Amino acid sequence: MLAESVWILTLVSLVLLSAVFLFVIANSGDERDYSEVQKKWYAIRSKWLLFLFVVGVIVTWATLSPYPITDQHAAADADTTVVKVVGHQWYWEIDNTEYSAGDTVEFHVTSGDVNHGFAIYDEEDRLLTQTQAMPDYVNKVRHTFDRPGAYRVLCMEYCGLAHHAMLAELTVR
Amino acid sequence: MSEAIQYDAAENRAGLTGVKAYLLTSLLVFALMMLAGVVLRAAQGAYINIPPEVFYQIMTLHGAGMVGIAGFAGAGVLWYFLRQYVRLNGKVLWLNYFIFLGGVVLILAAILIGGFAGAWTFLYPLPAQSMGLWSPTAATAYMLGLLVIGTGFLLLYLDIGIALIKRYGGLGRALGVPMMFGAKVDPSHPTTVVAGTMVLIVNFTGIAAGAVVLALCLFNLWQPEYKLDPLLIKNLIYFFGHVFINATIYSGVVAVYELLPKYTGRPWNVSRPFLYAWGAATLMVLAVYPHHLLMDFVMPPWMLVMGQVLSYLSGIPVLAITAYGALTIVYRSGIRWDAASACMLIAMFGWAGGVIPAVIDGTLMVNKVMHNTMWVPGHFHFYLLLGLLPMVIGVCYYLSNNRENGGKPLVDTAALAIYFFGAMGLILAFLAGGADSVPRRWAEHFESWRFLGQLSAVAGGLTLLGFLVITLRNLVKLPQAKIA
Ligand code: HEM
Ligand SMILES: [Cu+2]
Ligand SMILES: [Cu+2]
Repeated sequence: MLAESVWILTLVSLVLLSAVFLFVIANSGDERDYSEVQKKWYAIRSKWLLFLFVVGVIVTWATLSPYPITDQHAAADADTTVVKVVGHQWYWEIDNTEYSAGDTVEFHVTSGDVNHGFAIYDEEDRLLTQTQAMPDYVNKVRHTFDRPGAYRVLCMEYCGLAHHAMLAELTVR
Repeated sequence: MSEAIQYDAAENRAGLTGVKAYLLTSLLVFALMMLAGVVLRAAQGAYINIPPEVFYQIMTLHGAGMVGIAGFAGAGVLWYFLRQYVRLNGKVLWLNYFIFLGGVVLILAAILIGGFAGAWTFLYPLPAQSMGLWSPTAATAYMLGLLVIGTGFLLLYLDIGIALIKRYGGLGRALGVPMMFGAKVDPSHPTTVVAGTMVLIVNFTGIAAGAVVLALCLFNLWQPEYKLDPLLIKNLIYFFGHVFINATIYSGVVAVYELLPKYTGRPWNVSRPFLYAWGAATLMVLAVYPHHLLMDFVMPPWMLVMGQVLSYLSGIPVLAITAYGALTIVYRSGIRWDAASACMLIAMFGWAGGVIPAVIDGTLMVNKVMHNTMWVPGHFHFYLLLGLLPMVIGVCYYLSNNRENGGKPLVDTAALAIYFFGAMGLILAFLAGGADSVPRRWAEHFESWRFLGQLSAVAGGLTLLGFLVITLRNLVKLPQAKIA
């Protein structure tokens, strides 16, 4: 799962960061000539910068190809189910909520009043994908439902009093 | 180029009193707003039961209050150090103080009397469409309050900007642009001037955009037939919000640049990498805001890609220049540890640490499953609780101890430790919630999510406890701090 990998990556990075800080704190006494320290540390910094740069290029390329967002201008192909979604304070109007396992559904999401966030959650309450529901605009998000089950739509953009209660069910057979 | 500015005794006294007023007010408001935060977390953990409308009012109060006071505290820190190099007017500092209080009164009235709960980001058209929960008058009071606060800041920045231009003959020169492109690097050009110029440029622009969008929204509130473009307004609001909250920490960091050299006896001079970092940060802080709109697929794809790429790049000056520079300066320096110097290092840890979850969430792919989850408060509480606040606290201690080594009284060490570990717990519980898909800004949580809320409520309580001790200590000592 993406979220778990991200969580682990974050924790590991934080442990490494803490280790560096603790190392420096532990070695903050024992005064040395600054120019020597600078020479050594600046040499490491060049490598550190190069590392950050290379990682940046690789990560950028790897995360953007293929482009992770549904093409907004291409027409949905014949075997894609198009479903219209309108967010309202505080309910979802979804013109078809029953699909079959394996279906690719393209949700055309907008709002009848304020901004909402259209997010699909699986049975274990894991967020699968989302897009914003904004008045006057239609955001398209495509999702393939691999497994049958009861999915839920939650609101991910604060929309007032019952924001947290703005739920809908999607059934995949 | 960098001889200190001479002030007379009266100016110094007025200046120092002003800074003390900023710092003490900030400590008190931070503490109060933390209490509000603990209440929110306790409600999400179902430790306490509050109606949703009250939850969202407190959430609006906590958000607006914290962002406002963070800007205020950051301005106080920047002003204190910057006045050594350019002639700043203590009267303008006080003017902003009272304008700020005026804005606060409006915002408090909007929330506590008018029931306004549109969140601090007042995302159009929610303030105008509450389904009867609050009136257009309440929304007006809230937005006017922000506008008033923004005006005060603009005046303060105007004074700073004029002073910088007078002294350095232009903002470009103050930022060190000529030195970036070939001119000989003058190591005596103050780091604080570079940072202050960056803050001035970005925050003036940000607040000006904020003023425009507030004026538009206010107009719409009373002339509803005059419709606004929701996507354009969202862009403007997040531009303003992103810049303003970022500027707080870029202001506060001058404390690190100024204090670590004093505690280590090593200079922190400008260099080409330093200037490149700040030059790049100036542009990036202005251009990176589309990472708040990654889930608005109708945005031009190039803007979203730019949001992702710049998010990553904006982390580099922090990780490779500022935090790295702080570590270099401390390593084998024989630094004198006291509460102030410890705070500076904590601040560097908090800023660098906050960059990590932020950058990860700034990638489109990850944002699809993290956007508006608890991951988001996780990353910014990291920056703010462990980055910005230690900068402010450190300056308080530095002044309270009359700029001498304050030693390591057990109360201060213990208070800082409790604060640090409490904040760490709070932050990790937020991030864990994000990894577990828990949405942010939800008054009531599903049962399986409540445990994290409970954990946070306890950790937040500890944070508050540590912070209260820190506040009390400085409340007693800071007013007696002596003039330079
Ligand atoms: C004891 C310390 C703190 C606690 C327990 C706390 C708790 C919270 C909670 C529970 C939320 C709402 C989370 C949600 O979206 O569901 C929140 C949001 C927020 N907090 Fe804090 N917080 C603390 C300190 C701070 C500090 C020091 C700052 C800034 C300097 C800050 C700034 C914010 C902001 C800007 C929001 C966003 C509000 C919104 O979503 O509209 N917090 N905090
Ligand atoms: Cu909604
Ligand atoms: Cu909502």
